[in-house]
Amino acid sequence: MNREEIISTTKRFLSEEFEVDENTILPDNNLQKTLDLDSLDYVDLVVVIEENLGFKPTADDFKAVDTFDDFYNLVEQKLAELA
Amino acid sequence: MERRVVITGVGLYSCIGNGKDEVLDALRSGRSGIIYDEQRKEFGYRSCLTGMVEDPNLKPFLSRRERIGMHQPAMYAFMSTKEALEQAKLDVDFLDKNETGIIFGNDSTAGAVINTIDKVRERKDTTLIGSGDIFQNMNCTVNMSLSTIYKLKGINITLSAACASGSHSIGMGYLMIKQGLQERVVCGGAQEINKYAMSSFDGLGTFSILQDEPTKASRPFDAGRDGLVPSGGAATIIIESLESAEQRGAEILGEVIGYGFSSNGEHISNPNFDGQFRSLNMALSQAGIQSNQIDYVNAHATSTPVGDSMEAQAIHSVLGDQVPVSSTKSMTGHECWMAGASEVAYSLLMMQNNFVAPNINFETPDEDSAKINIVPEMMEKKIDCFLSNSFGFGGTNSSLIVKKFVK
Repeated sequence: MNREEIISTTKRFLSEEFEVDENTILPDNNLQKTLDLDSLDYVDLVVVIEENLGFKPTADDFKAVDTFDDFYNLVEQKLAELA
Repeated sequence: MERRVVITGVGLYSCIGNGKDEVLDALRSGRSGIIYDEQRKEFGYRSCLTGMVEDPNLKPFLSRRERIGMHQPAMYAFMSTKEALEQAKLDVDFLDKNETGIIFGNDSTAGAVINTIDKVRERKDTTLIGSGDIFQNMNCTVNMSLSTIYKLKGINITLSAACASGSHSIGMGYLMIKQGLQERVVCGGAQEINKYAMSSFDGLGTFSILQDEPTKASRPFDAGRDGLVPSGGAATIIIESLESAEQRGAEILGEVIGYGFSSNGEHISNPNFDGQFRSLNMALSQAGIQSNQIDYVNAHATSTPVGDSMEAQAIHSVLGDQVPVSSTKSMTGHECWMAGASEVAYSLLMMQNNFVAPNINFETPDEDSAKINIVPEMMEKKIDCFLSNSFGFGGTNSSLIVKKFVK
């Protein structure tokens, strides 16, 4: 899955799960604020990532995630490890 | 100082109607909400009869976070509570600033628990259950959801008392307000409807198997009855102190004047005359009225051979043979944890509209039901005061008396 595919795939399932407008999911936007995530929502974020991408990020993984761009980096790295 | 306790809001999400208007029409016309559920046959049920409501679409009303912790009891209870609060003219802003409690009856979340366990069995990883299930799985699911959605700041407890849960919830709220501990309390009962919820109950062989004509299967007090029909949904009753209601200019729908309760202390499932007798007498005594002042009895009668006979004997002993009696379970089936609250709501609708809803399917009395005045067809009648009985497994009994409000 290349970067563009990661962006389009994650945009789809994140907007669906967290009920936000796809257009608000932009590389420089803050992930937590855009998706309106509280501590419970991070559990659901792990669930949708596992269901859609096949890996389960840890709490430590999210420490490096501020923007969606950071998130795409995390996904790229994890998918590469899986491959 | 003891205070008067009045009813200012009623909401219903029932198999005989979504909301009071539809329910009123069903009660007047004797329309049954019982269906044959094919799913239950495949699942191994002995009887596939049930009352049925749809899972409501809550997306227009609630956020994702508010919705994902809700399974059927909470979803149904949101619908009934929304209607009740609207009638009571209570909104979130008011509730946020003025202490209001919630005592809601619920006694199972079987469907939600099984869904969760299925996920763990399949995924073998508890993280992948997600964040909503824990709030669906707990018995206080209705309270957790409604108290956070409506910003309720008073007493917040779930009342679990089998098929008397909804009735006791009103009784306990009544006591709280009467004693000055709360100004208003959201009371009610909710009952899940899914194939998991009632399977072990079905296994006892206590459900009707008159499956050829589902609407005729629930026949409380009739000699041909062969068991109950499970059902569900939710009912909400808003009660508050007279002072609070008057101050807010709320419409007063009735006044709770008596709450009787008892425990049989005997068999876990068999009904008991003495327990019912004591509950009925306690309600009358608390209300400070004579038995002939009761204009209508909404019986617990579920359509089981033993239970209905026992209740007919208790009603006859305490209230005599003249008072009109009907079991709305003949139309709704047994709404279990919800029943005590919904039946107060049904009776209030009758009191407001001057009629007694029929005990449908009552064709032939038996030895005990012949001794009381069961109403088989809708009867126009002015009701100033009614009594509603609820009895549950484990021998828990509750009787509530409500009368028209007179200043």
